[in-house]
Amino acid sequence: MSARLGFVMLVHTALDRAAQVARFVAQAGSPVVIHVDARVPAAQHARLTAALADLPDVRFCRRHRGEWGTWSLVAAMQTAARQLLDDFPQVQNVYAMSGACLPLRPIADLATWLERHPDTDFIESVNVADVNWTKGGLSEERFSLWFPFAFKRRKWLFDRTVDLQRLLRINRDIPDGIDPHIGSQWWCLTRETLDLILRDPMRPHYDRYFRRVWIPDESYFQTLVRLHGRKVESRSLTLGKFDHQGRPHVFYDDHLQLLRRSDCFMARKVWPGAGRLYDHFLTPREGSVSDAEPQPSRIDRHFARATAQRIRGRAGLYMASRFPVKNRENGKTAEPYSVFQGFSEVFQDFEGWLTAVANCRVHGHLFAPHKAEFAGREKVFAGGLSDSATLRDYNPRAFLTNLLWATRGERQCFQFGPGDTQGKGFDLLWFMAADSNAQISVISGAWAVPLYRSGRDFAQIRREAARLQRIEMQQLEILQSPHVRARIRIWTMAEFLENPAEPLHMLFDEIAPHSQARLIRIPDLVDLSGFGSFLQELRNQGMQPVLMGDFPLGPVSPDPSHRMK
Amino acid sequence: MRKRWLIRARRKGRDLKPVADRTKALGPRSLLLFATLRNEAPRLPWFLKYYRDLGVEHFLIVDNGSDDGSCEYLAAQPDVSVWRTEASYKAARFGMDWMNALLRRHAHGRWALVVDVDEFFLYPFCDTRPLRALTDWLDDAGLRSFGTLLLDMYPKGPVNEHPCVPGQNPLEVAPWFDSANYAITRNGRYRNLWIQGGPRARGFFADQPRAAPALNKVPLVKWDRGYTYVSSTHMLLPRGLNLVYDTLGGEKASGCLLHAKFLATLGDKAAEELARGEHYAGGREYQAYAATLEDRTDLWNKWSERFINWRQLEIMGLMSKGNWA
Repeated sequence: MSARLGFVMLVHTALDRAAQVARFVAQAGSPVVIHVDARVPAAQHARLTAALADLPDVRFCRRHRGEWGTWSLVAAMQTAARQLLDDFPQVQNVYAMSGACLPLRPIADLATWLERHPDTDFIESVNVADVNWTKGGLSEERFSLWFPFAFKRRKWLFDRTVDLQRLLRINRDIPDGIDPHIGSQWWCLTRETLDLILRDPMRPHYDRYFRRVWIPDESYFQTLVRLHGRKVESRSLTLGKFDHQGRPHVFYDDHLQLLRRSDCFMARKVWPGAGRLYDHFLTPREGSVSDAEPQPSRIDRHFARATAQRIRGRAGLYMASRFPVKNRENGKTAEPYSVFQGFSEVFQDFEGWLTAVANCRVHGHLFAPHKAEFAGREKVFAGGLSDSATLRDYNPRAFLTNLLWATRGERQCFQFGPGDTQGKGFDLLWFMAADSNAQISVISGAWAVPLYRSGRDFAQIRREAARLQRIEMQQLEILQSPHVRARIRIWTMAEFLENPAEPLHMLFDEIAPHSQARLIRIPDLVDLSGFGSFLQELRNQGMQPVLMGDFPLGPVSPDPSHRMK
Repeated sequence: MRKRWLIRARRKGRDLKPVADRTKALGPRSLLLFATLRNEAPRLPWFLKYYRDLGVEHFLIVDNGSDDGSCEYLAAQPDVSVWRTEASYKAARFGMDWMNALLRRHAHGRWALVVDVDEFFLYPFCDTRPLRALTDWLDDAGLRSFGTLLLDMYPKGPVNEHPCVPGQNPLEVAPWFDSANYAITRNGRYRNLWIQGGPRARGFFADQPRAAPALNKVPLVKWDRGYTYVSSTHMLLPRGLNLVYDTLGGEKASGCLLHAKFLATLGDKAAEELARGEHYAGGREYQAYAATLEDRTDLWNKWSERFINWRQLEIMGLMSKGNWA
């Protein structure tokens, strides 16, 4: 049965591996016609022919000088296919493969499978108007421009001729009756279809056209099969994945299980050094023919993941081979986090309370001037981050992204304020404000509470209050800019204290959405009974505290219910 | 600029006297390793084994005046070529002029790995695919250089209590590392990334972070005689070779150089190197080590990670498979 299936094999490197595969195929009873690239040195070619001399059904055809992306590969395929059809009249299906292809199942499996699909041409053939996977920016232009120069050897000339033709609006005439299709060059056609393509009286005309098409080996047969094929099934029986630049992914020893489970007939391309793969798949297997259908989807997913990692990368990761420029990060940080400004100032032990009620890591002022206040005031934290302020301030943004990367899976919350490190030009806050992972909540003016409670010399307090107010005003300006992507909420202190339960409830819902039904006691407020007069005293000293809102002069009485719904 | 380094390399290359030159036997595709060393005899057996197992085919080594038998040991190996010099390490820009000279003479058109004796190269799939698989893939992808992070490894407990027996894997003695405290900036002049951090930054340079050692390295390059390393293997000319990272959000494939520096020999080494004064920035680094190692610093903490394999480092984002799957 295998004798009814013939192979055309294009070879240009790793000839010893190609010989191994050709032998495997021939020993299964299938004839092979090998096209050896004319650039292969004579000595290597002689070794190959000698190595296969004992197999009468392995033939070698006239050699063309192959160059990637050019007509020569189609010419090689035509020559080899013609010879196969002429030399082996019993052949009913022709399979095109390269020397880097590896059969994953016995040839008899494939032959039987093809018997079950009579008169069907398996060739990926997609109308060029509909493809979205061509790499290198050219799809329809492959057919409407001229390509006199080789892409790999004369990249510059290639690009300039394309530019020039675009400028001149060159549009080649496509021969009548031809509707350009493209697809993988590793096809399996029936004798009838292939013969019709090769004997078509219009062939000289078509050939002349395709000689100046770019990558004709991906379009010649794919287009002409639409004229002659009776039943085209648009897929390649050869498993082969391409990366984002259109280069084939390569298979190695560690893909053995993946390849085995795919049940595909043929894989491309295999690294010549993958000894385990060659040993495993070229060892003749006992047992009857398997009817399993090819399942390439698992391998598709494997390589799709790799391509995604190459193109989009992992959000929030900055490392030796990923350092995105601004706004090309695909996620500035790894995970959502919460920044609280003013909360630990107005509540007693806000950190302790949040730690107890929400399932997340709650830090103090991570950017405090003297040191990073990690949860539990640890000296070193996740990822090996040090609490040293100098080290942190050397690159505060990296400190933040590192923390969020190292703690993936656990939400981080930290306190922030105008007294903390802001980075050069408020770099840190700009970064967080533009980060959709950040939840930033600000009680403006709350920085005055610790000053009020400090009991320090009032002249000092006044100076410090003026400094902090200036900084916070700039912060608020950033947070209100049109470029922000964080979830930002700002209350004046007066607004917030009118009903502290409601904003806390809302924030809490966002941080821990699943515990919203719980009744949670909100933390106690610090004693603010003299705060109104403290602010008045600042005014009397000539400073104008504005960020607290309209704070009553007398003592405040917050919402009596201290309970969240 | 590049020309100047090349001329300098040629001049300094005259310092090198061949002890065992087996480079005649190099094939056009040989995978080469280049290193400069001084008195590293205890580390050599494991070092050679590690890289032979990866598939390095020839070692080209400059011995800078060893007196512990390193030179003789190396000269007796069939796949090692040794040059010896008594000249100043410092005057040769910390050995880089010698490396550039040897690279220019022997690495043209071949893949070359340039490492120190305490650096162990790790790349994606290095447990199942030989180095040749990586260089073939880089060739196919048209890439000329491959970037790494220098990952400092340390023991648990004071450094000077952990001796490494000759022939032993130093990573058994010092298997711990920091997973996410690396700060990165871009060097506009040479286009390379400048990475600092890890245990050295937090343990020795917390007060002067700018002086912390650079951890970005490009140790694997398809060499051309016009190329030159500028400062250690941190950066190269022409500058395009330093673009081993993606700037549009994607990840290029990259590896790690596991740096087994913190072993019991470091205390002695720091004292010796201080006395010689032959190291970068007046041996600033070794001053810091000597000072801190005397009071028996333990770099280990509960967040330290224990090295398992490359996949672990890949998941932690210290290296990347990129699109090599």
